[in-house]
Amino acid sequence: MPILMTPLAVTAYTATSAMGSGLAAQLDALEHARSGLRPNDISSAPLACWVGRVDGVEDVVLPAALGAWDCRNNRLAWLGLNQDGFLERVHAARTRYGADRVALLLGTSTASIGATEEAYRRLDADGGFADDMLRPAIHAPHSLAAFVAAALELAGPCLTVSTACSSSAKVFASAERMIRLGLVDAAVVGGVDTLCDSVLFGFNALELVSPEPCRPFDAARNGISIGEAAGFALLERIEAAADAPRLLGYGEASDAHHMSTPHPDGLGAELALNDALARAGLDAARVDYINLHGTASQKNDEVEAALVGRVFPVRTRASSTKGFTGHTLGAAGIVEATIALQAIEHGLVPGNLGGDTPDPICGAHFAWRNERQRVDVALSNSFGFGGNNACLAFARAGFAA
Amino acid sequence: MSMLRVHVEGVGLWSPQLADFAALRALLAGATPPAPSPRPAAATLPPNERRRAPESVLLAIEVAGQAVAMSGRDAAALACVFASAHGDQAITDYMCATLARSPAELSPTRFHNSVHNAAVGYWTIATGCHAPSTAICAQRASFGAALLEAASQALAEQRAVLLVCSDTTGSGPLAEVTGCAQAFGCALVLAPQASPASLGRLDLQLGTAPTDTSLPEPLQGWRAGNPSAASLPLLALLAGAGGHCELPVAATLGLRIDMENVA
Repeated sequence: MPILMTPLAVTAYTATSAMGSGLAAQLDALEHARSGLRPNDISSAPLACWVGRVDGVEDVVLPAALGAWDCRNNRLAWLGLNQDGFLERVHAARTRYGADRVALLLGTSTASIGATEEAYRRLDADGGFADDMLRPAIHAPHSLAAFVAAALELAGPCLTVSTACSSSAKVFASAERMIRLGLVDAAVVGGVDTLCDSVLFGFNALELVSPEPCRPFDAARNGISIGEAAGFALLERIEAAADAPRLLGYGEASDAHHMSTPHPDGLGAELALNDALARAGLDAARVDYINLHGTASQKNDEVEAALVGRVFPVRTRASSTKGFTGHTLGAAGIVEATIALQAIEHGLVPGNLGGDTPDPICGAHFAWRNERQRVDVALSNSFGFGGNNACLAFARAGFAA
Repeated sequence: MSMLRVHVEGVGLWSPQLADFAALRALLAGATPPAPSPRPAAATLPPNERRRAPESVLLAIEVAGQAVAMSGRDAAALACVFASAHGDQAITDYMCATLARSPAELSPTRFHNSVHNAAVGYWTIATGCHAPSTAICAQRASFGAALLEAASQALAEQRAVLLVCSDTTGSGPLAEVTGCAQAFGCALVLAPQASPASLGRLDLQLGTAPTDTSLPEPLQGWRAGNPSAASLPLLALLAGAGGHCELPVAATLGLRIDMENVA
């Protein structure tokens, strides 16, 4: 059993997705049940599906000194970093602790593979990359974290977690360990993934993409909608910010079952959930809201709804917000962590957008429409290919289990 | 800056020249070890998976299996940190070429094998491991960053951790930007406490400049040709009588490792 975790302060956070850029836009979309999904207008060849595309990424201009990092994924990262005063908060932490005492731990599924795809679409006459594409750093999966390290001028431990759709949840676990061991005093965590041909045609090849806007936990759900997003959070010890919301716990576990299908009994998901609750010192009944992975794939939603029914009393409210953003893959963990944090901050349980005809497997826990209530403790589930499961537990400032 | 102390209980190694850690020991002792067969055996995988698995998965599982066997531990109980600077380059090359030509023909199997955590996914499935598993990268600092992550987990959670770092040869046009001349994989089983299985004790200290300790040839050339071979200074210490080395853990940060041989 994991030992009880000393909570960490989440001293700043931000998200940019199809719901909009920054927390105010995200809250507004949630409050008005407004989906950010639109018909696919981004793949290099037609594909009939809906996507969660972020407006304005194409128009982002990176600072001149960072020009060599230019690509869609790093533009979205820069757009995300510039919301909610996040850059200033990181700058203050860097000044307070020193650049080498702030870790940078980011999750991504495909990083800037979109740039590599582009390089292959326009190879030069001798079959090599065009000169403007001969930038090795953007053709590696560490492109995102290396770019953000340069942009934030951080010099501490820096790594990319790439465990598919659990990536940017797992970075919270790495950060907590590094802070607990005294390797750093603070950590910037988060993740970015952008729409690209690899994921659109890849998930399409697996027959997991819906031709319509995704309908998580709906009886007639028929697949995912893919989205893109950037999200970040700053973690520090609670002594640094007693009035900030808290990371209370995290859990990680492996299904050991199948590369692209969840364990039929949700074994790894339940292990991750139990790990998070144990670290947080929480009984399941203390959880007010759980933001579900809820991709709208047949299997995920079936397994996850059963898990919710098995573990939680109905006072625990549950919903997926993939109907707002699409499945933002490696960024889903951080985006949904920020939604859990907003649920605590604003007393809003977001409705499960797209679930108009609830699957009978879903219990009375599901919030099909927005609900107003005090939320002290919120969880976020993130599950990835390879049977990789993560669960995060957040609480309001001052909460004691 | 705090120091991390972990104990190495197993070492795995594979390259076109070195079949295992014993081959590195032999090489450093002046012998010429026989080269392994061209395809890593990856005996931990069930035979049908072994036939179908991409080379990146075979390489990672081969070195993981060697290290766990040496440690004598139960693979199912080990947390897993798998690292690779470039992931499966053959699949990335295939996917980008196919997407440029006829995207609707993309293979679903190659797509799900393209995730960076494919190797650790196959490993946990083959060993029935429900422990936390992760897949990370940090360009040329991938091994150092993975060592820091694995040591952190071993100490913070007081559990043994399997660390794997591997990269295959570059493929197609992508090879020009990844610069991987040949495959290289290594693995360590790290424990928070000393035990009869301990081969060596590592004291890790952050804060140096991100320098690479110099190496004799042919190791120096192998390191230049594969980011995972940045581990070679540490592997050479483990194969010898101990000492210290430095590794990059990030673009601007290095790790000093003091290794004491206890075997």
